[in-house]
Amino acid sequence: MLKQKLKMVTGLLVGASVLGLSGAANAETLRLLTWGGYAPENVIELFQKETGIEVEVTKSNNEDMISKLRATGGSGFDLAQPSQDRIAGAQFEHEIYKPIDLSKINADLFIASMMDGTKKNTTVDGKVYGVPHIWGTSGLIVNRKEAGSIADYTDLCSEAVAGKVSYRLKRPTLIGFAFSMGMDPFAAYDDTAKYSEIMGKVEEKLIDCKSNVKSYWSGGDALMNLIRSGEVTAAMAWDTGGWKLNQENADVTFVAPKSGALGWIDTFALPAKTKNEEAAYKWINFVMQPKIAAMITASAGNFTASKGADEFAEPALKKQFQDSFPPEAIDNIKWYPPVPAGLEDIEGKVLDRVKAAQSN
Amino acid sequence: MANGADVSEFDLECSNLTKRFGGFTAVNNISFNIPNGSFFSILGPSGCGKTTLLRMLAGFLEPDEGDIRIKNRSMLGVPPNKRPVNMVFQHLALFPMMTVAENIAYGLKRQGVPKAEIAVKVQSALDRINLPDAGPKRVDQLSGGQKQRIAIARCLVLDPDVLLLDEPLGALDLKLREHMKVELKQLQSQFGTTFVYITHDQSEALVMSDQVAVMNNGVFEQVGDPQDLYYNPKTAFVAGFVGDTNRWKGVVKATSGSEVQVATDDGLTLTATGIGQGCKTGDAVDIFVRPESVALSRSADALSGMENRLAGQVKNVLFNGANSRILVQDPTNGGEIMVTLPQTGEFNDLRAGQDLHLGWKLSQAKCFAQEAGKASGAEVA
Amino acid sequence: MKLGNSSKLGLLLLMAPLLIWLFALILLPHVDMFFLSIREKVAPRVYQTSMANYMEFFNEPLYWNTFARTAVMSILTTAITLLIAFPISYYIAKMLKGRMKAFLFVLCLLPFWVSELVRTFGWMILLRETGIVSSTLQWMGVVDGPIEFLYTDATILVGLVYSSMLFMVVPLVSTLESLDDSYIEAGYDLGGNGFTVLREVVIPHAMPGIVSGCIVVFMLSLGNYLTPVLLGGKDSLWFTEQIYAQFITRFNWEQGAAFGFLLLILSSLIVWAGLKLSRQTLSETMG
Repeated sequence: MLKQKLKMVTGLLVGASVLGLSGAANAETLRLLTWGGYAPENVIELFQKETGIEVEVTKSNNEDMISKLRATGGSGFDLAQPSQDRIAGAQFEHEIYKPIDLSKINADLFIASMMDGTKKNTTVDGKVYGVPHIWGTSGLIVNRKEAGSIADYTDLCSEAVAGKVSYRLKRPTLIGFAFSMGMDPFAAYDDTAKYSEIMGKVEEKLIDCKSNVKSYWSGGDALMNLIRSGEVTAAMAWDTGGWKLNQENADVTFVAPKSGALGWIDTFALPAKTKNEEAAYKWINFVMQPKIAAMITASAGNFTASKGADEFAEPALKKQFQDSFPPEAIDNIKWYPPVPAGLEDIEGKVLDRVKAAQSN
Repeated sequence: MANGADVSEFDLECSNLTKRFGGFTAVNNISFNIPNGSFFSILGPSGCGKTTLLRMLAGFLEPDEGDIRIKNRSMLGVPPNKRPVNMVFQHLALFPMMTVAENIAYGLKRQGVPKAEIAVKVQSALDRINLPDAGPKRVDQLSGGQKQRIAIARCLVLDPDVLLLDEPLGALDLKLREHMKVELKQLQSQFGTTFVYITHDQSEALVMSDQVAVMNNGVFEQVGDPQDLYYNPKTAFVAGFVGDTNRWKGVVKATSGSEVQVATDDGLTLTATGIGQGCKTGDAVDIFVRPESVALSRSADALSGMENRLAGQVKNVLFNGANSRILVQDPTNGGEIMVTLPQTGEFNDLRAGQDLHLGWKLSQAKCFAQEAGKASGAEVA
Repeated sequence: MKLGNSSKLGLLLLMAPLLIWLFALILLPHVDMFFLSIREKVAPRVYQTSMANYMEFFNEPLYWNTFARTAVMSILTTAITLLIAFPISYYIAKMLKGRMKAFLFVLCLLPFWVSELVRTFGWMILLRETGIVSSTLQWMGVVDGPIEFLYTDATILVGLVYSSMLFMVVPLVSTLESLDDSYIEAGYDLGGNGFTVLREVVIPHAMPGIVSGCIVVFMLSLGNYLTPVLLGGKDSLWFTEQIYAQFITRFNWEQGAAFGFLLLILSSLIVWAGLKLSRQTLSETMG
């Protein structure tokens, strides 16, 4: 009697849990691997209202995205947002992405020049792996009152800001310093020997400069805190960080370096084993609508590749952009070309040696 | 060495020792002297303050009042490692991470004795305790009795003026304990060191000691040699604690000299010898009669010379060879009396249920004023 | 015979979860890591089996130095932690009774109720240039300008010692508690002073606790990532940081796996040497 009851209860429980599981699977989800601010709550809500699809956001960065996707062979996420220069190399080496079916993308929503550029840079074996979403630059964040003399990357090594400097130990720093030192690393991308030589010089400069550095930042929030407290007065960072700080302290702002800000475009790319490709395309076409794109701009601080979104962008943001980028500075932006496979090994060694060098 | 004028006949002199813990007085104004080379025991129930007293002697506790003098030198303010006193701990406290030889050498090393000399002294100590080969052994390879001897050797090798022993036999089984009593006494006379031994076991104290102090509630009830304590207890506590005894509670009805007439609570009238001040008419008293002082007979006539006589029924024969006893029940009130079975052969066929007559002399029944407060320890049950 | 077989089967079934756990979660990943570590990347998408990743460690002084530095700092951390934790443990285990003891013990435990990240940020708030210590010193007039306490080796040590303390205190308290007071008293009674009793009685008794505490603290420090990176700043240079960098920012899993194995082997060697030096065995310590 009791046994029977027990059986029944167990059966019910099992049944219920199976139902529960399938129920969860039924509600469609889009697993998004992206940057902080690229998928704000209000946009996700609107998207769900329109399509019924839930969005699960995992915040990440370029290296982390590649690592995560490499670890799983391209599964675990339905849509990723790496920078356009980091797709071709990673795809060639690890095959973590899936070509984009351009017919499913509403090309009219995109700024054509950006779309073409991105398509070109993310093409491997004739297939396109990325379409543009958000673009921006990295350059200098400077406290003009304390470190007004800082106009280029190499100025970070000057006596005037000794001990009050911060930058990342990552490839943008290497590239930025190379340009600032009068070299063109992008032109040497296909010439490993030349590139190594450039990097060797940059390494020397960075080791030399190490005593000037307060700390190498790794998280945007940590850097912002250092600048807010005044412990750091000049740093190499993204434009949005500078604009955000500018709202709090008018002395601090983003400065496009003399040798040129480094321009990046973050894209949409499909992980090789995406489970919900349809939802991914829906999301892309949804967020590229001008009004939605403006909401994302408000959240991320950067402008999108959405045609006509400027109209809806906040005037304050536009003003800050214009202050930091006079027309000649915009022309001077160095857009990252795709990184050929193997270059990152050279850069890695350089970064290791800079890290290991003893300052002073 | 103390100079000649200071030499005292006492190794250890304590005067007016007092130790209080908060509001509780553990040791209350105790004074005593221990002659050179004697075996002195402090006997008392747990909580009587004997451990506190011993720890003051060792130096782990400072007395609140009074003085401790060893070889005529005051020990007040002298830390334990500077006192000419060593202690054998209850659980021996042999260092488990050292060999037997290292254990014995420990104190000598602390004194800065040269290595070669240490080896000689350790070996001779091991020889004297009849464990000449035990040196390289680990402590946990020894038997209980061997550990005991090592612990004593570890102290005696330092040639202390006084050796303190904190119930070291407590952890041993009965048979080994009997054996170690004899051995301890032998070791003591062999080394000639003054031993201060604390225990709650009256048989240990009686067998080994030259002098025994019976301690209760922080004071010495009586100090004397074992026979004295056994045969002439001065207080009800000592009478009840040292040796087995029968006890009755009652009230004094009449006195004549030291002779006291007592009506017991269970309805008997007994005659006893009054001891101390507390046996006046109307006083509440205890009467103690040792089991071996009671005479047995199958006929009432044979006991006519005894001041106290009773008839009863054998309830139980507790046969234990020479130490056999019987339990006799008084049919009128159900009270029980323990009597030692005489080894004359006369009562070898005694069985439970048989009728018997009991009697004892006035001088064998001791009357004490009832203790206020706590009941005493080893009563016959 | 029959019984023997069935009981064997029973034992096997009983052990199955443990064996599966050991196999699937410990052995398998290591085997995988090992094969990864002996794969040399000769060109994009082209690999061959070789020991090149291991040789890289020995040929490039950068990595070798990083490991040596990490090991030395970890040993220092272990020594400092032991020196600080021993008196604390002795106090908790031997001097205190009852509620006060439990209270102090919980006090040692308390920092571990928050994550390591939060604890490390706590130190950063205290020690940074505009932090509490620096401002307090300025306010007291001890120093004229702000002082940066962060980003030095000493700061790393402070952080590591702080986060290791519990792992030293717990084994020490438990071994010291098992030391009967009478041993200490006997040590004094037989003529020892504080120092000799400590050396001859207390430390030998606590040795298993000391050794197991040291092993745990050493391994935790060696394998720590957050504390050295956050508190050490630009000069932190910790070996786990190298492993992390190889795996995550360089996508060089092969090199990372080789470094991981080297860390395992070299740290085991150091622990083994430590046991030899202190004449302890692992089974004694853990048993």
